[in-house]
Amino acid sequence: MGFEKFGRKSFTAITKTAKFVDLLVEGKVEGTVCKDCGAKFFPPRADCAKCLSKNMDWFEVPKKGTLETFTTAYYAPFGFETDPPYTMGVVDFGDGLKLFARLAKEIKLEDVKVGMAVTTRPLKYDDGQISFEIVKA
Amino acid sequence: MEKEVAVIGVGQSSFVRGYEGSIRELAFEAFREAMKDAGVTQKDIGASVFCSAPEYDKQRSPAGVLAEYLGLIPQPTFYIETVCSSSSTGVKVGYSMIKAGLHDVVCIVGFQKMSEITSAESQERMGRGADIQWEAPFGTMMPAYYALYAQAYMAKNGLTHDDLMSVRLKSATYGVVNERAVYRKGVKAADFDASNPEAKMAGPVAWPLRVGDCCANADGSSCIILANKEKAKAFSKKPIWVVGIGAASEAVNMAARPDFAKGLSVGYGAAAQAYKMAGITASDVKVAEVHDCFTIAEIMAYEGLGFAPMGEGKQLIREKATYKEGRIPVNVDGGLLSKGHPIGATGGSQIRTIVLQLRGEAGPMQVAGDPGIGLVHNVGGVGLYGNVTIFGR
Repeated sequence: MGFEKFGRKSFTAITKTAKFVDLLVEGKVEGTVCKDCGAKFFPPRADCAKCLSKNMDWFEVPKKGTLETFTTAYYAPFGFETDPPYTMGVVDFGDGLKLFARLAKEIKLEDVKVGMAVTTRPLKYDDGQISFEIVKA
Repeated sequence: MEKEVAVIGVGQSSFVRGYEGSIRELAFEAFREAMKDAGVTQKDIGASVFCSAPEYDKQRSPAGVLAEYLGLIPQPTFYIETVCSSSSTGVKVGYSMIKAGLHDVVCIVGFQKMSEITSAESQERMGRGADIQWEAPFGTMMPAYYALYAQAYMAKNGLTHDDLMSVRLKSATYGVVNERAVYRKGVKAADFDASNPEAKMAGPVAWPLRVGDCCANADGSSCIILANKEKAKAFSKKPIWVVGIGAASEAVNMAARPDFAKGLSVGYGAAAQAYKMAGITASDVKVAEVHDCFTIAEIMAYEGLGFAPMGEGKQLIREKATYKEGRIPVNVDGGLLSKGHPIGATGGSQIRTIVLQLRGEAGPMQVAGDPGIGLVHNVGGVGLYGNVTIFGR
């Protein structure tokens, strides 16, 4: 249990990576790293796709990344109708590590550019849901 | 070029909004046409494969139900799903069964009644069409995913909104003449004029993609009948051979995707395999159907298939090289953008178009020069699955 708290609206209640939400509450955005082969994953995985180990640890994602791409949604799926417009993007931290999330509301749309320096931080919605978002570095 | 498995029959329903019938009746339309085209009866069919995206179907396990309705029992039947590429995956499976010697003739039916569920239900299901654990909680949807590719691609390669519009203008040119298309109205540049509030194609959906950049939902069915060499020669005067098949998959999560400015990796991977198997290169292809669920997807496909160098896909549309009269005609049946995209039926419909082109039976859409090799590029999800299938006479 616990993962139903993740995101604007979660579609998954039970996952072995539910600790991700507890870490967000502690102020940390973390992925998982394989203790056996060292492969790093974001979003986190309970199992290593590279060496098939189940021996995983948590690591904090880097602070500095660049915005590889983004989009602003003017329509939204069922359950998100009150949110548009909202912007989502992909952050590239280098070394194959990337992250997908919404951009913080405070960022003006005209200021969002491919290649801009960004970082990420946890976010708590008014209804108690826990997430993370992309902010300017 | 290997000639072991051929298409001997093709069929497609009209692609429409709100089909007035159930899924079994919808499937019957394409099946009946393909059977008449092939000149076979149900006793000639060794097995059937049914393909759709299950989130739209109220019927669980539709294969058995549809096989019975089409008179295809007691032969084996089963269901195949790779979302939007389901029916080209079905053709790959049918090909494999024939090559393995299990069956002489296999029929592949793709169908989708998108109006089976309400648009609110559909919106919810579409939102869960990708990674429900890590991405859907942000409010993702198909246009937004393709917009991520469009944004990165446009920033790097100098592709403009006018280029994207040009793809739609091309597809609409052929939607007008394709009597099976769902969107038969013409589209003009003024429809994309953002300064005009009446312009129906200009509104943003997921920027940089606008209403006119997105394909049309539809209800529809398609049917492809495959046969081995012996049966193909017995039944068909104009067998069209499956000469190359390639398929690939990619990570579902955007965080695990390689360079967004380079397009969908499944396109490159599937194309390389299919060209190798067929023993040809991109320049040998004389007519193609590519997966233009969004305008940007057609531009990326030009490059994935090798019709244009990396980053130069825009030149093909600027030079009108992909029009019917051009160097490499693409989607001259209206494509997904105008013909419509009834998910599970789409791949089979694309294959039907190429088979008709190679037979010289494409009517007002027929390309000149008696094309001998045609290609179908069909993508499932946001480049989650990709199939490239090459056909020859």
